[in-house]
Amino acid sequence: MKKILGIAGLLTAVFVVTSLLAQQSDGSNTFLTAYNLENLLQRIGMYGVLSIAAAFVIVTGGIDLSIGSVVCVAGCTLPHLVVTAGCPAWAALPLVLLLSSLIGLWHGVLVVFVRLQPFVVTLCGLLLYRGLMRKFTNDATEGFGSQFDDLRWIATGRIPLTESFGLPVAFLVMSVVAVVASVFFRRTVWGRHLFALGRNEEAARFSGVATGRLTVLAYMVCSLLAGLAGCLFVLDVNSARASDFGSFYELYAIAGAVLGGVALRGGEGSVLGVVLGAALMRVLAMAINIVADSNQLEFAIVGAVILAGAAADEGVRRLWKRRRS
Amino acid sequence: MTSPVLDVERVSKAFGSVQALHEVSLSIRGGETLCIIGENGAGKSTLMKLLAGVHQPDSGTLRIDGVAVRLPSPRAALDAGIALIHQELNLCDNLTVAGAVFLGRELRCGPFLLRAEMDRRARTAILRTGLDVAPDALVASLSIGQRQLLEIARALERNARVLILDEPTSSLTDAETQRLYAVVRELKALGTAIVWITHRMAEVLQMADRVVALRDGKNAGEIAGRDATHERMVAMMVGRTIEARSKNRRSAGEPVLTVSGLRTSAWPQAVVDLEVRGGEIVAIAGLLGSGRSELLRAMFGADRAAAGMVACGGVRLSAHGIPCAVAAGLVLVPEDRKQQGLVLGMSVRENLSLPTLRRRGVFVDAAYERDLCARSVSELGIATPNGEQAVHALSGGNQQKVAIGKWLAASPRALLLDEPTRGVDVSARAEIYARIESLAERGLAVLFVSSELPEVIALADRCLVMHEGRIVGQLSGDQMTEDAILRLCTGAAVA
Repeated sequence: MKKILGIAGLLTAVFVVTSLLAQQSDGSNTFLTAYNLENLLQRIGMYGVLSIAAAFVIVTGGIDLSIGSVVCVAGCTLPHLVVTAGCPAWAALPLVLLLSSLIGLWHGVLVVFVRLQPFVVTLCGLLLYRGLMRKFTNDATEGFGSQFDDLRWIATGRIPLTESFGLPVAFLVMSVVAVVASVFFRRTVWGRHLFALGRNEEAARFSGVATGRLTVLAYMVCSLLAGLAGCLFVLDVNSARASDFGSFYELYAIAGAVLGGVALRGGEGSVLGVVLGAALMRVLAMAINIVADSNQLEFAIVGAVILAGAAADEGVRRLWKRRRS
Repeated sequence: MTSPVLDVERVSKAFGSVQALHEVSLSIRGGETLCIIGENGAGKSTLMKLLAGVHQPDSGTLRIDGVAVRLPSPRAALDAGIALIHQELNLCDNLTVAGAVFLGRELRCGPFLLRAEMDRRARTAILRTGLDVAPDALVASLSIGQRQLLEIARALERNARVLILDEPTSSLTDAETQRLYAVVRELKALGTAIVWITHRMAEVLQMADRVVALRDGKNAGEIAGRDATHERMVAMMVGRTIEARSKNRRSAGEPVLTVSGLRTSAWPQAVVDLEVRGGEIVAIAGLLGSGRSELLRAMFGADRAAAGMVACGGVRLSAHGIPCAVAAGLVLVPEDRKQQGLVLGMSVRENLSLPTLRRRGVFVDAAYERDLCARSVSELGIATPNGEQAVHALSGGNQQKVAIGKWLAASPRALLLDEPTRGVDVSARAEIYARIESLAERGLAVLFVSSELPEVIALADRCLVMHEGRIVGQLSGDQMTEDAILRLCTGAAVA
């Protein structure tokens, strides 16, 4: 809870500072516009889904480095299916999600039953799927052209709330995912078991928890959500090239989750924190674009903020410990 | 008599609101073995950490040869001649024996290690402990007992004048223990002061010149080694006399737990058959490495058995998986409480409900959980401020109560326990024994592994003895004496 308050405070601070910096002399504000806020919420929606995906695996004490490549697989396959193969949209989306979760199943089986390190399995996945997609699409750009606006509504749509501001559908999608994930973590027996095995897999196994199956499930959910995010991304930008689509996204996903309080050693974290973490990353990215008028510094600033966050977290933890002892 | 090497004068140490040590005093002379006894939480470990420079006292003085000293770091303590042999051995097992002996103060010439010189000196040191390994052997290849001796060699290389051994025999076999006794006696004869911390009364009776008891962080009495008896020491530690328990006779019912033709992967050549009736308490004795824990783990499905059949309550455990065993009513309280028995970072409530939560549906049944937790805490007498306390903050005895308690809601028919009282203090021990007996009275079949022969004799109706993976003998009733069990343990022919 303290962690969530901390990250929420940081989010507010960045938001306020950016608004102040973007205040122009003529009284207008280049940051606080309805257009920007809609955009921001949409991006928080898409990247939020990715970070929730990463959280599922990190909670087990594992890691998934292949998230970006799964985004690429989903992002290239969806337009290929509906445009080139002529598959109806209502069937294409579930097919892509099925394909994504099969990738997760494969990861889970390799980690649990073949007992390979999650880092190795998913690092190889990262290389493997992107390479295969490049060959498969021949590096061509996949997109929807000017068609399929109804399908693209899932990512680009706005539900008008006021005259100038509409709630992005992508944000709604993320909210639904977040609520379901949160209920799963907090209220279901599987969630409890997942956290227990993240803390101490052996003790969970000795308590009769089916740790193997649960871990596989976590990898499947992770890839499924990465696939969902991949669909949202491609529906949003309308074009995907296998050589770069989704590059580095696994790092955004993991950074958002970790920033939101998911411990890399496993067994700790909350969905609300993850969403706030992902939101902070997006606000920062946008702030840098608006204030510095370029995104050259984006990586550097994101890195610095996460580092500062981790250091502050450790500092606070020690302070507490000293006070208690 | 010589003057004391080490004097501890009215030393106090508090951690937050907890007064771990309160004006504790003791002194030790060269060539003397001082045993320090006390229940868990009595302050033994804190005292040792003060002596080893890990913590600093809040008040009081440490004197070495009569001169007051401060020991701001473990290094300073070592330089002052005080070496602590830790309960959990602090060796990096990727090092060689010589590397371990000289870890942290390698002999070198500029940036380069003087390997030959270190090997030579390490060999001298390990020879003094009677350890028979080459200086370039890997620590990983040493047994626990050999590692203990290696730690002592390390202290010798540093010319330690005071050697502190913290629960040194807790994981040694009998032969290794005897070896350790011999080495320590030899060092003592050479004038080293020995501080020996232990739970085991037999050890105190064997080794002590003097016994100092701690209770609640204070001095609780001192007696000469020759005057020490089991009863007097327990009385000092607990502050009252614990009566010897009388064994209740229960009538054994139908066979509940049946094992036939079981081969574990640790001892694939050995076939194990056994049967435990409802209401019966059966012990498995044997040396470390005789395959006792492996047997329990294979029965429970934690390890894959090489062959064989396990049945509980007439249900054959086909898949040999843990969920399958639990469903049939066979549960295990494992040896390694911290790694296997409990999820330390989780709360008492979450640990207690972990095995049975799934039976209550898909969603966590919060009312059931709270109720179960409140019931278990009061029934088992778990000392915890509330159910939300993280388990790692509890004492060993209370942790063990949680590790046992979490299975009681699963309505087991057979209970397997591996070293049920390891690291558990005297009074919690009595409570755990009473709990096990009351479970047997309710008709459970109980099978437990224990290295403590008094525990085997006090608790069990029948005792199976394992040697090299096989059950080599069975003793019951009055046949169960330490002598008879030990003879079977070491592989002597069955009488």
